[in-house]
Amino acid sequence: MHISKKCSNFAAEMDGMSRKTMENVKIIEIKKSVFENNDRAADALRGELKKKGVFLLNLMSSPGSGKTTTLIQTINRLKDKIRIAVMEADIDSDVDAIKIKEATGVESIQLHTGGMCHLDAEMTEQGLNALAQPLPPPSPQEREPREGESPDLVILENVGNLVCPAEFDTGAVKNAMILSVPEGHDKPLKYPLMFSICDVVVINKIDVLPYFDFDMEKCKEYIHMRNPKATVIPICAKTGEGVEAFAEWLMKEVARWKE
Amino acid sequence: MHELGIVFYIIRDVKKAAEENGVEHVSTVVMNIGEVSTIIPEYLTDCWRWAADKEDLLRGCELRIEPIPAVTHCDGCGKDYPTVAHGKICPHCGSEKTWLLRGNEVEIKELRIES
Repeated sequence: MHISKKCSNFAAEMDGMSRKTMENVKIIEIKKSVFENNDRAADALRGELKKKGVFLLNLMSSPGSGKTTTLIQTINRLKDKIRIAVMEADIDSDVDAIKIKEATGVESIQLHTGGMCHLDAEMTEQGLNALAQPLPPPSPQEREPREGESPDLVILENVGNLVCPAEFDTGAVKNAMILSVPEGHDKPLKYPLMFSICDVVVINKIDVLPYFDFDMEKCKEYIHMRNPKATVIPICAKTGEGVEAFAEWLMKEVARWKE
Repeated sequence: MHELGIVFYIIRDVKKAAEENGVEHVSTVVMNIGEVSTIIPEYLTDCWRWAADKEDLLRGCELRIEPIPAVTHCDGCGKDYPTVAHGKICPHCGSEKTWLLRGNEVEIKELRIES
């Protein structure tokens, strides 16, 4: 009798305790992807760009694949036909923005991600707003004073990285990436997400093909396995070979966006 | 680096939900993380500790991770299989026409508030 009473007291105590815990913990259900806000902001930004007739290209690659050199070659072929601006995103420094400005004369600003590995839609929008700000008085070497109208093409050079930038929609109209020959033809297998979201894959440094075991056909096959619709353009940014094809692709896309 | 960015997103969403619900301190944030979401759970909790302790709302708040196993569906034979063990090629029929059914989630499941 004594024992059973003790037990029942203990059980009652335990019951009381667990009830107390339940009462003292409030649960707020969220069930929401952390990317949801960014995806919404990106869609809103694309809507704005469509209204203004501004084509935003998100250019991604690993560090050292030749993004900046490719951009200089491409911009110099297009700058007399359309208004171009460049946003350089890096963790630190402004070497790329200066290089682009010096080599092409087009407006170029540097975005710092403050240690982050990618740009998101909000940061991209801040960059676009900065582009729209009036500039300080033009320096003598500047090609032409800035007018009030928006550019036709804004190229966002994303942080050099094949993983994170692929996960964050920047609000760009099209995604492009540059893969360089020394990186190897198996990259589409290793970074499937990056290749599956890109509308165009530029294969750079084809001048060094004889020195590497890079199989161009295999590379195209792997890219199309991830993304059957991707356009593949082999180029050499150093000599300019193939750059015309990329410039033409861009002109066509810009025109289509402005329709 | 990637996990830190994700932590900032989580904090932003948690702050918003806490504000809407008039909550002053959150004791646990429960996440659903897919096996192939590219998030490394230990990195995420490390970054969380560093960033969360800077916020009054989240000081000492635990980030609890509930993993979601990755499953791929095969259009070739209609069967499902575990993604991590077999990758893109279906172990049942050898088809490459497969797609991820689940496993890339990065989702805030719930907030727990102790009073």
